Amino acid sequence: MRKFYTLLSREVRSYFHSPIAYVVLIFFLLIAGVDFYFQVSFMNQRQVQYTVQEAFFNSVFFWFAFVLIFPLITMRLFAEEFKLGTIEPLMTAPVRDWQVVLSKFFGALAFYIILWIPPAFYFVIFQYVAGQPAAHSAGAYSGSYLMLLLLGMFYLSIGCLASVLTKNQIIAAIISFCAITLLFFLGLVQFIILDVSSATRDLLGYFSAIEHMGTFSRGVIDTRPIVFYLSMTVVMLALTYQAFQSRKWRL
Amino acid sequence: MIKVENLTKRYAGQSAIQDLNFEVGKGEIMGFLGPNGAGKTTTMRILASFMPPTSGRATVAGFDVFAQSLQARAHLGYMAENVPLYSDMRVTEYLDYRAALKGVPHRRVAERVGDVKELCGLKEVENKLIAALSKGYRQRVGLADALLHEPDLLILDEPTIGLDPNQIRQVRDLIKNLGKQHTILLSTHILPEVEMTCSRVIIIHKGRIEACDTPESLLGKIRQAGGVSLEAKVGADNGAEELKKISGVRDVIVDSDGDWKLFSLRVESGADVREEIFRLATARQWSVRELTQRRATLEDVFVEITHADSV
Ligand SMILES: Nc1ncnc2c1ncn2[C@@H]1O[C@H](COP(=O)(O)OP(=O)(O)OP(=O)(O)O)[C@@H](O)[C@H]1O
Ligand SMILES: [Mg+2]
Repeated sequence: MRKFYTLLSREVRSYFHSPIAYVVLIFFLLIAGVDFYFQVSFMNQRQVQYTVQEAFFNSVFFWFAFVLIFPLITMRLFAEEFKLGTIEPLMTAPVRDWQVVLSKFFGALAFYIILWIPPAFYFVIFQYVAGQPAAHSAGAYSGSYLMLLLLGMFYLSIGCLASVLTKNQIIAAIISFCAITLLFFLGLVQFIILDVSSATRDLLGYFSAIEHMGTFSRGVIDTRPIVFYLSMTVVMLALTYQAFQSRKWRL
Repeated sequence: MIKVENLTKRYAGQSAIQDLNFEVGKGEIMGFLGPNGAGKTTTMRILASFMPPTSGRATVAGFDVFAQSLQARAHLGYMAENVPLYSDMRVTEYLDYRAALKGVPHRRVAERVGDVKELCGLKEVENKLIAALSKGYRQRVGLADALLHEPDLLILDEPTIGLDPNQIRQVRDLIKNLGKQHTILLSTHILPEVEMTCSRVIIIHKGRIEACDTPESLLGKIRQAGGVSLEAKVGADNGAEELKKISGVRDVIVDSDGDWKLFSLRVESGADVREEIFRLATARQWSVRELTQRRATLEDVFVEITHADSV
């Protein structure tokens, strides 16, 4: 456990030693800020059926920033170690492969969670300034933050897998970007192709991040997406572990 | 401490090492020599459990490097070629991290890190970013890292490459000292260093072991053992003709410097012909101003073994 903690703390620290972390942080806060500003000023001009918080988590800005950050957060995880050769001292120390894989995943998750702390204050500030809550209930906040966590875990695990496959960070980023974007558009198909059967539509809805975010941000907690994202994360991490082990045979 | 049996490693069809067999006993300092691409790093990486062999097996401190790799790694201090390090960390921070990773008990981390910094001369750079270190200092960080958990066994891949002469000497002394308690397998291209530090030497060439012996007996074995040089005034004599008659002398090359002639004699290994030469010189009334035996060096051994077919 101590070794896992040691690895994890290095992973988290290394984010803040690298300029990429700050670039991602600034980019993300900028887009989130624009998103928030845009939603609030839009609502100032007309009557709408939803809350600021719902609008924030379901806007184009949000999704644009959302799919972009994962490749940036995860691309360096394994690829950089392979490239610089630091994998050699790492794996010749008495550590287990799964400890390394999990520490990288949870390190990335920790950075991702840190990323989401500042936007939480937007809602606090909104309530203070506008004198009314940004959401209709506390459940809406927890729902959207729970969905952020679930989606985040799934997409980060995809990024881990992409990074373990190559020693080129750019290629890792492109692989995970394509995978995440494709998944994202799979959920959009039902809005684009309207003449599909309702069964297909239901099936696609099961993968739809937009739909999941829509329901969760209204405070409606559905267990099916929770199971789906958690199990997909486990599958991706298992694949990452397999790929990481097979690296030895490919050397 | 190290036992290697029929170790073979193939990269994409081409084999890097073939059927290696050797043993390194406790307390030995084993030199691992060979030209570039001979397979030294490959062998060391297998021993450090970084990659599995294609076939054959190896044990380190009694643990199989593949099946019991965790225990094997815990008993081993390994310094990789070119010393890859996390450049975003500071020296002390890095060593603390490595100590924890290697399972140094919590309360001993500070003490161990302090000790290895002292030992490797890292005190003055302890708060520097690794990215800002010169090559020699990075090398020292790698060595310090290998020593952190007081392993029984050290595997060092070219530990002195890139060090300045003072530092090379220091590392050499350090290795010699460590050799009193540790078993060391070290690869290097600096041959005088091997002669001074190693108790045994393996010479590997094109993935095969060509020689494995103590430096002394390797020197004894090579055909073209040392030579003798003689500088003498031989008057009317030819010199070379007479010298060739001495038993043990295989060949004489003559060079002249005015009246003085310089004879380079190649002699059979083990033969000491200097006394015979002295008798000859007194009998023929030659004046002699130099008579020395040149010792064969490990370099001669290395060149003879590894150059045989490549040039
Ligand atoms: N990853 C790899 N893929 C394919 N071939 C490799 C790989 N690594 C090493 N080789 C080959 O294996 C052989 C042995 O290489 P190795 O690195 O063990 O040599 P070395 O003795 O350490 O040489 P040097 O003195 O230059 O460090 C070489 O022919 C090399 O080209
Ligand atoms: Mg090498």
